[in-house]
Amino acid sequence: MKTETSAVNINRNIGDFFYPEAHVRDAGAGLSEKTIQYISDVKEDPDWVREFRLRGLKTFLEKPLPTHWASKDLEAIDFDKIRYYLAPGTAAKRSWDEVPEDIKRTFERLGIPEQERKFLAGVEAQFDSEAVYSNIKKAVGEQGVIFVGSTEGLKNHPEIFRKWFSKVIPVGDNKFSALNSAVFSGGSFIYVPPGVKVKHPLQAYFRINAENFGQFERTLIIADEGSEVTYMEGCTAPKFNTPTLHSAVVELVALKGAKIQYITVQNWASNVFNLVTKRGLAQENAEVKWIDCNIGSRLTMKYPSVIMKGRKARGEVLSIALANDGQHQDTGAKMIHAADETTSNIISKSISIGKGRATYRGLVHVPKHLKNCKNNTECDALLINATSRTDTYPAITVRGTGNAVQHEASVSQVSAEQIFYMQQRGLTEAQAMSLSVNGFVNDLVRQFPMEYSVELKRLIELEMEGSVG
Amino acid sequence: MKELSVENLHVTIADQAIVRGLTLRVPRGEVHALMGPNGSGKSTLAKVLAGHPDYEVTKGKVMMDGENLLELEPDERARRGLFMAFQYPSEVPGVTIANFLRAAIQSRLPDGEELEATDYYAKLYEKMELLGMDRSFTSRAVNEGFSGGEKKRTEILQLAMLEPKYAVLDETDSGLDIDALKTVAHGVNSLRGPDLGVLLITHYQRLLNYIVPDYVHVMVAGRIVRSGRKELALELEERGYDWAREGATEPVLR
Repeated sequence: MKTETSAVNINRNIGDFFYPEAHVRDAGAGLSEKTIQYISDVKEDPDWVREFRLRGLKTFLEKPLPTHWASKDLEAIDFDKIRYYLAPGTAAKRSWDEVPEDIKRTFERLGIPEQERKFLAGVEAQFDSEAVYSNIKKAVGEQGVIFVGSTEGLKNHPEIFRKWFSKVIPVGDNKFSALNSAVFSGGSFIYVPPGVKVKHPLQAYFRINAENFGQFERTLIIADEGSEVTYMEGCTAPKFNTPTLHSAVVELVALKGAKIQYITVQNWASNVFNLVTKRGLAQENAEVKWIDCNIGSRLTMKYPSVIMKGRKARGEVLSIALANDGQHQDTGAKMIHAADETTSNIISKSISIGKGRATYRGLVHVPKHLKNCKNNTECDALLINATSRTDTYPAITVRGTGNAVQHEASVSQVSAEQIFYMQQRGLTEAQAMSLSVNGFVNDLVRQFPMEYSVELKRLIELEMEGSVG
Repeated sequence: MKELSVENLHVTIADQAIVRGLTLRVPRGEVHALMGPNGSGKSTLAKVLAGHPDYEVTKGKVMMDGENLLELEPDERARRGLFMAFQYPSEVPGVTIANFLRAAIQSRLPDGEELEATDYYAKLYEKMELLGMDRSFTSRAVNEGFSGGEKKRTEILQLAMLEPKYAVLDETDSGLDIDALKTVAHGVNSLRGPDLGVLLITHYQRLLNYIVPDYVHVMVAGRIVRSGRKELALELEERGYDWAREGATEPVLR
C-alpha cells in the first residue's frame, strides 16, 4: 500500500502507533466529584462551567445504560478504569513548531500539517484531552471567523458561547451526553459572522494516544445569518488491549439562511466505544447537513439529528457505515420537523462484512399542526457474507394532511455470479468485491467533497482485501 | 502450440454429467463455431473454460498456449488472455462501464504501472464508435437496466478493449434483432486476425452468415459429434440436429 497524503487518514493501520505518555495533567482512573473538581481546577473553569459539570455527573450517575434497545456490549465499559482527563498542561499552539516534538510527530505521521497547507482554512488538533494546535488562516480570521478549542471558546467568547452551549443537546439528553457534560474537554468552538462564507473547510483531528482513556470533546458551531461553513473531523487511535471510550457532544446552530456542513470520517481502532451525540438546529431557511462515515470502532452508537425550527429549514444526513468482524455500527438519523415547509433527507448505506453488524435507526417526526413538510428516507444495506448482519429500525411519525414522507429500504447481496463475471474480466475476487462495494456507495460518495471520496474508496479497498480469500 | 485445446473433458454439476469426453482445438487466428441443440452442454463448456466454481471437471485437460487452465483462478485465466462474452451478463450496480473496464485493464498492468487516462478514453471511444454505441454509455452502470442488445454490445466492447488471445462468445446472438446482430458481428469481425482465436457458441446458423467461421463443430449430449468447414453449418441447418446425432462415430445418449 502506498502512503498517501490526503484529506483524512482512514487507512486502517496508519493510526496504529503511539508514543510514550508525557502528560503532566492526569485526573486518574475512575469518575467522582473529585475528578470533576480536578478537571475544573486545571482548566481554570469559570464557576458556571464547574456547576454545569457537576450537574452532568449527577445526571450521568442517575441514568441507567440504554440496555433495553441497545447492544449489551455497552456493559463491557468499565467506567472505573477509564482515565477522564490527560493533558500536557500547555495551551494550544498557533504554530506547529511550538507543539511538543512527540505530539507534532504524531500529527505529521497522520499528514495533518500537510493537508492544512494544501486545502484547509483552519485546523485544530486534539491529543488526548486537549487541543495541542489550533490555527486559522489569516484571511479567514480577518473575516471575523472564530475557530478555537472549546476551553478557549468559553473563556474568550462567553457572550456567544454561553448563549448556545448545551441548548441544542441538554445535559440529560442521554447517559453519554451527561457524561460528556461532566468531563468535556477539547473539541472546537466555531463562530461564523453574518454573511461570511468560509470557502475552505475547517478541520479538527482527534487523536487518542493513551491507554485506558476516555476522550470527551465538545464541539459547538454557530453559523450566523446567511453564513456558510464546512467542518470536517477525522480521528484515529492505536489499538490497545483494553477498551477505549470516545464520547463526544456536537451542537450545531444554523441561524436564518445559514448553512452548515459537518463531515465525519470515523476510523477509530476496533477497541473503541464510540458513543456520540450530534444535533443541529436549523432556523428559518437554514440548512444543516451531516455527512457521517463510520468505518472504525468496536461499537458506534450515533444518530446525527436536525431540528428544523424555522420555516423552510432543511436537514440532511448522508451516512455510510462499514461493519467488519467484531464491529457493530449502530447509526442512523433523526429529523425533527418543527416548522412549516421544512424538508429533510436521509440517505444511509451500510455494508456488513464477515460477522460485522450494521444497524440503522431512523426517527422522523412531523407533528399534526405543520403544513407542507417533506421527508425522504432511503436506507440500503449490503451484506457481503452469509454471517453478516443488518437491522433496520425506522420510526416515522407523520401527522396532519399536508405533509409528505417517502421511505425506501433495501437489503442486497453481492452475488456469486456478479463476482465471477468481474473475475472473468481480470479482477481478483477481492478487487471484484471492493469494486462492487464502491459501486454500492458510489451515488452517495459522489456528493462528498473530493478529498473524502477518494480516501473512502481507498479504505473500502483495504477493508475488502483483508476480508476475502 | 498457440491454441486453446480441450481434451477428453468431462464435467459434472450436482453429480450430473454435462460434458462427456469433449475434445476440441481452437488455434490462434481461427474462428470456430460450436453449434448444438439446447441442453447439449455448450454453455457449460464456456463456463468451465472461464473457471466457473459451480462446475466440477472430473476428467480431461484444458490448455491455453501450453498452460494448464484448470489450475488457474478465473481472474488469472482472464489476465492470461481468455475472454468470455456471457450469454447473461451480470449487472454491476453503481460501477460505470468506464470505471469497470479501466479496473479490468489496470489489473493486467504490472504493479506500480498506471493506466494512462487519455489513451484509455481515446481507445474506449474508438471501440464504442465501432459498435455504434453512444459515448454517454460510459457513465452508465455495467448492464444495469440495459436491453438485451445493449448488454451484448457491451460484452463485445469489453472484448475489443481487453484484447484477449482467445474469446469464447456464448450465444452472443441470442435476443438480438437483425440490426444489432449486424453491429455485433461487425465488431467481432473487425477483431479477427492472427492474434485472436474465437470460439463462437450458437444455437442458430443465422449468426454464421455474418461471422463466417473457419470451422464448425456440432455438439450433442456433451461431446462433439461432427466437425467440418463452414459448409457444415448450412448442412446442419438443412438436415437438423438428428442428422448430426446419427452421424456420430459412436452412440450418443440423448
